[in-house]
Amino acid sequence: MKNSIEVTNLCRNFGSFEALKNVSLVARPNETLAIFGHNGAGKTTLLKILSTVMKATSGNVLYGGLDMQKDPEKILSNIGVISHRSFLYSSLTALDNLTFYARLYSVPDRNVRIKHLLTAMGLRTRMYDKVGTFSRGMQQRLSIARALLHDPGIILMDEPESGLDNKASETLWQLLNEKKRTIILTHHNLERGYAVANRFIILARGSVFFAPDNKCPLAELEAAYSASLEVA
Amino acid sequence: MKDLSDAFIIASKDILTEIRNREVLSSVVVFAVLVIIIFNFAFGSSERAAGLVAPGILWATFAFAGILAFNRSFVMEKEEDCIEGLMTAPISREAIYLGKFFGNTFFILLVQLIVIPVFSLLFNINFFNLELLAITILATLGFSSTGTLFAAMAVNTRARELVLPILFFPIVSPVIIGAVNASALVLEGQSFAAINQWIGILVAFDAIFIVASYLIFSFIIEE
Repeated sequence: MKNSIEVTNLCRNFGSFEALKNVSLVARPNETLAIFGHNGAGKTTLLKILSTVMKATSGNVLYGGLDMQKDPEKILSNIGVISHRSFLYSSLTALDNLTFYARLYSVPDRNVRIKHLLTAMGLRTRMYDKVGTFSRGMQQRLSIARALLHDPGIILMDEPESGLDNKASETLWQLLNEKKRTIILTHHNLERGYAVANRFIILARGSVFFAPDNKCPLAELEAAYSASLEVA
Repeated sequence: MKDLSDAFIIASKDILTEIRNREVLSSVVVFAVLVIIIFNFAFGSSERAAGLVAPGILWATFAFAGILAFNRSFVMEKEEDCIEGLMTAPISREAIYLGKFFGNTFFILLVQLIVIPVFSLLFNINFFNLELLAITILATLGFSSTGTLFAAMAVNTRARELVLPILFFPIVSPVIIGAVNASALVLEGQSFAAINQWIGILVAFDAIFIVASYLIFSFIIEE
């Protein structure tokens, strides 16, 4: 079975600053891969490149063996992105936002799917309200609904639980586990990230610092994380 | 074909945003009408004044009013990084450009639909004929194609309100000159043959900038 995502020698420079240096990693099918790292380690840059928002300076990324240059629409229709920012239009209602993205993703039975997700995220009663009137947590919940609209097989999440209460976090993982998916996420909380992921990578100064083949004990992860601080 | 249907989805979202918000249209119309009223007071509405300055006033007003609309069209994509939402959707970057271009063209035409009758009334000019309609549409396409591209560039800069006019006006000046001269000839009662060369310039500008902007847009929005 092909790896869901295969990254080879990825580099990204901003002027003379090297944000990513020869990063190579694989995300196996149906696994949850957590990426940790201190501020400026390159986590968000890596996710931006994987989500095709940013171009790499050099290196290669394959999605299920497919190249983004050759099959961009096929690849993107199977990826869902949850970011720090919601990707939502504050002047539009929750329903308008989800309908817009559902049309872009050609979601079948979009009204049914939208109402299912709004109900699951506890936003059904606010669907006709403008997103600008939502709290940060509600916007994050709606952002999750947006990312899951097209039921993607690959999910990229940058600090997905920031702004969510415990119940909303539980709902997020319930929705994610509705089907088998490959998930790559960054998390600021080592213990929480450890609990939800099958495998981990620690980045330090744009390079892979720690990447065990399988789920290691939490103590080992914590020790590696502390050591990465010295590199950073 | 898919690019076109994706572009219409984006343009319809922009129109829906404006219906919900009523932000751009009202401010642009108020600005355009005020400018025309001020110039009307300055130059009067005599036939001589109208023939001499009215076409220049009209197209300069639309160019400045367009800046407001173009800026806003990408500012809304920058808030909450919505542009990244579009970039991670299974649509081409070119479709994003076309969508914003269609939306901006629609707004400018709508502004013109409201402002031109006011202008005709104040300057005592009949602006409703086929030649002037053709000039208006061609000039609007020229404004919109370049304005959309440069707004996408300017939105990532710190002084975007300053950067957009600096990029936009030098490039779009052939459209303004062409539209002003062609409109003046039509108002003088010249035949279609007399304005042919100016129409040709507008058509050429539109063709070059729509195609060029469509092709280079992806390089502009990717970080």
